[in-house]
Amino acid sequence: MTRIGLIVNPIAGMGGRVGLKGTDGIVERARELGATPVAAERTARALVRLERDLVSQKHKVGFELIAAAREMGGDLALGREFAVDVLPGRNGATSAADTRAASRELARREVDLILFAGGDGTGSDIHEIVGDRLPILGIPTGVKMHSAVFATSPENAGEVAAAFVLAGASARLREAEVVDVDEEAAREGRIETRLYGAARVPEDRLRMQSAKARSAPTDEAALDAVCRSLAVGMDPRRIYVLGPGTTTRRVLEHLGLPKTLLGIDAVRAGSLVGSDLGERELLALLEGQAATLVLGVVGGQGALLGRGNQQLSPAVLRRIGLENVEVIAGLGKLAVLDPPWLRVDTGDLQLDAELAGYRRVHVAPRREVIFRVAA
Amino acid sequence: MRRYHAAVWDEPLVMEMGRPGRRGIVFDEVEPEVRDAVGDPAELVPAGLRRAAPPELPELSEPEVLRHYLHLSQETLGMMGVSLFGTCTMKYNPRLAWELVARPEIAELHPEQDDETLQGVLELVHGLDLILRGLSGMDRFVFQPGGGAHAAYTHAVITRAYHAFRGELAQRDEIVTTIQAHPCNPATAAAAGFRIVTLPLEENGYPSLDALRAAVSERTAALMVGNPDDMGIYNPEIQRWVEVVHAAGGLCFYDHANFNGVMGKLKARDLGFDACMYMLHKTFGAPKAGGGPAVGAYGCTEELARFLPAPVVVEEGGRYRLDRDRPDSIGKVREFFGNVPQLVYAYTWSRAMGAEGIDEASDISVLLNNYMEKRLLEIRGVAKSHPHLTAPRLEMTRYSLEQVEQDTGITVVDFQNRMADFGIDAFWLSHEPWLVPQPFTPEAGEMWSKEDVDEWIDVLAHVVEEAYADPELVRSAPHNQAIRKLSDTDLNDPANWATTWRAYRRKRPPSDGSSGDGAEPTEDWAKVAP
Repeated sequence: MTRIGLIVNPIAGMGGRVGLKGTDGIVERARELGATPVAAERTARALVRLERDLVSQKHKVGFELIAAAREMGGDLALGREFAVDVLPGRNGATSAADTRAASRELARREVDLILFAGGDGTGSDIHEIVGDRLPILGIPTGVKMHSAVFATSPENAGEVAAAFVLAGASARLREAEVVDVDEEAAREGRIETRLYGAARVPEDRLRMQSAKARSAPTDEAALDAVCRSLAVGMDPRRIYVLGPGTTTRRVLEHLGLPKTLLGIDAVRAGSLVGSDLGERELLALLEGQAATLVLGVVGGQGALLGRGNQQLSPAVLRRIGLENVEVIAGLGKLAVLDPPWLRVDTGDLQLDAELAGYRRVHVAPRREVIFRVAA
Repeated sequence: MRRYHAAVWDEPLVMEMGRPGRRGIVFDEVEPEVRDAVGDPAELVPAGLRRAAPPELPELSEPEVLRHYLHLSQETLGMMGVSLFGTCTMKYNPRLAWELVARPEIAELHPEQDDETLQGVLELVHGLDLILRGLSGMDRFVFQPGGGAHAAYTHAVITRAYHAFRGELAQRDEIVTTIQAHPCNPATAAAAGFRIVTLPLEENGYPSLDALRAAVSERTAALMVGNPDDMGIYNPEIQRWVEVVHAAGGLCFYDHANFNGVMGKLKARDLGFDACMYMLHKTFGAPKAGGGPAVGAYGCTEELARFLPAPVVVEEGGRYRLDRDRPDSIGKVREFFGNVPQLVYAYTWSRAMGAEGIDEASDISVLLNNYMEKRLLEIRGVAKSHPHLTAPRLEMTRYSLEQVEQDTGITVVDFQNRMADFGIDAFWLSHEPWLVPQPFTPEAGEMWSKEDVDEWIDVLAHVVEEAYADPELVRSAPHNQAIRKLSDTDLNDPANWATTWRAYRRKRPPSDGSSGDGAEPTEDWAKVAP
């Protein structure tokens, strides 16, 4: 028996049509501008597809959908040709807190996958509760969908969910970045992507979008192998400083060490010598030491330095030495960057100029891509 | 739109057909004189090689066998339709060459005959070598590699031998390639022990010279690159590239997988390259042979020729021989001196076309592709890769159906399936990595008529209309084909398919619980042999 949880953010996407960059905290403004809910209709399209694909295979699989209350799922799920259970809940306006509460309850009930309808904000609310313990899958209904957890269309979300159910224990998952763009900044015309963490999503190259809605990369194995080769090849005399993100986390996983996903950690000779380090701690740790900085790339905008890793200040970077910076990224992630640049913005123009130019990025063991770094 | 429906034969597997005792061929009894001379023919097979039990073969008459395989050939979802399978130029394989290959002068040769008795075929091989020298400017070709990737591998190994010969192999451990080079370039370089440095596309649709300069160093062993790439864009700076790599001490290899756009127009050697590769089964009218054995013709300069795989066909005073004694050779990459039937096709094609014909075919390829581009871009939701680039596309263009997918949820794979309903073979999507979402890459080449290409485009346009009007019709395609759409889930589960009779019997035992009719044919007879 496979069980899928369903959470709908009923107001997701309302800001898009009226030109607002998201609906976070400004539902009333969106309604005044004439925005109407789109989430219910798009969720229904996904569920119709899920139902169709499962009904045609009904003799093979047991399936149950557990939906959040009322307009957060139950209203749309009931009356279909599969078993539906609805979580208790109240009427009235819903909020991020309701999304998190429903996620908590679905996790407690041990569903196999959470199917949700919303945008990046909804995705990060759910991710905040379930992390990478429980696979998630987004029906794209929001304004911003930069995370790699969404299918490319509501129908495809339904198909991917059905395929997940039909595959049972052999369903394949991949890691996906959960990001959000700062909506305040976006309304002012600046794009600032923030990495919230890593989720697991069903793997489906054709029907799932990668970060920033481009073609989905299929470089999991190569990326994992290069992280491993870096981990096993570490010089025990050097300190390795690891920037934030899922890629650097893989490096530490190969050493059996925990990684602060959104922070800076340091290792030497197979042991952690610092976790979630700030600038001052880094400078103290690196005093008189040979060190290598290992960085990942935040998907979408190609940020290398100065976004989400400001602890790596100009002073820290100078102490490490620019020749000791190693960058790791999946080839697919690099291939879809448009324009094809990595960006640095350390706050020190001279340093940025020194970092600019062409740099080797490790994409697989013994394979590098020459990538332009732009200030 | 032409109406179409593939043949659908509700027919058992060949192993399940026939009747005991039925025969396709009945052999004569051994004549007494023969038996007197050699004894019992069965005794000629060493005891250890003899089967303890006869193989369980289906018992069928000759017409039944022919009919069965004809039916199967009608259920292959294409290969005799209009096939604009880009990056892998599809050409007709002339029946004339087929008839030549079947003649006893070719069919009954053995490559280990004395060279003096192989003069005809060696002359043909040498003649093809000369033709390819003429097209490339190289000094010598060999035909051992069984395909394009194999020729790329041959180059990687020759690169290794060249630097080892010069005492620089320890230092030169990197091969530079580009992100749109065929994946066999980095793959074969890695298989030969090199590290890979890949250059991404930049503003002009090809990697920049600055990126190349940043990539090459005293560690550079070679550059392996195609031009034009799969978007059809020709890198006009290629000569500078070769200079940069040569200045650093590396070799330059031109992967001519996309030769159709430039054949007769440029010579790899004139651009400075040290070696190149042609795929006879793409460009030169030879059959693709189901993914091999085909031929990747590998040519190089005199400087590298000493490392070529042996034997090499050489001409001396109007006679031909196989030169096996080549002390610096990398050894064999495949048996003998190449897949001769493929060479006959390529020789026939080249001689029939002539230099002017080859030149004109390239023009037609480019013209037809640009005609296609104009018509395809008029179709709703069809975009070309890097649409802002004004550089002309040569023999193919990569497109994207991303807009259609976003509007309708219909993917490029759904398009492949639905176009097959109109007798159109599945198009090629893209090599890895996918730089554009929902990619497809049609390539016309010179042999398709304008009517063929128009039909292909009309079908694509029709399916786009269907995607918007009735997406379910497209998503559930094919409807007019030999088989229906298979679910990904079923395909990913080995329990649901079998490629051998033995696996089929293991996975689908007969419902009566028996092992089927007759003797146990599956695992057990594998154990019979001592």
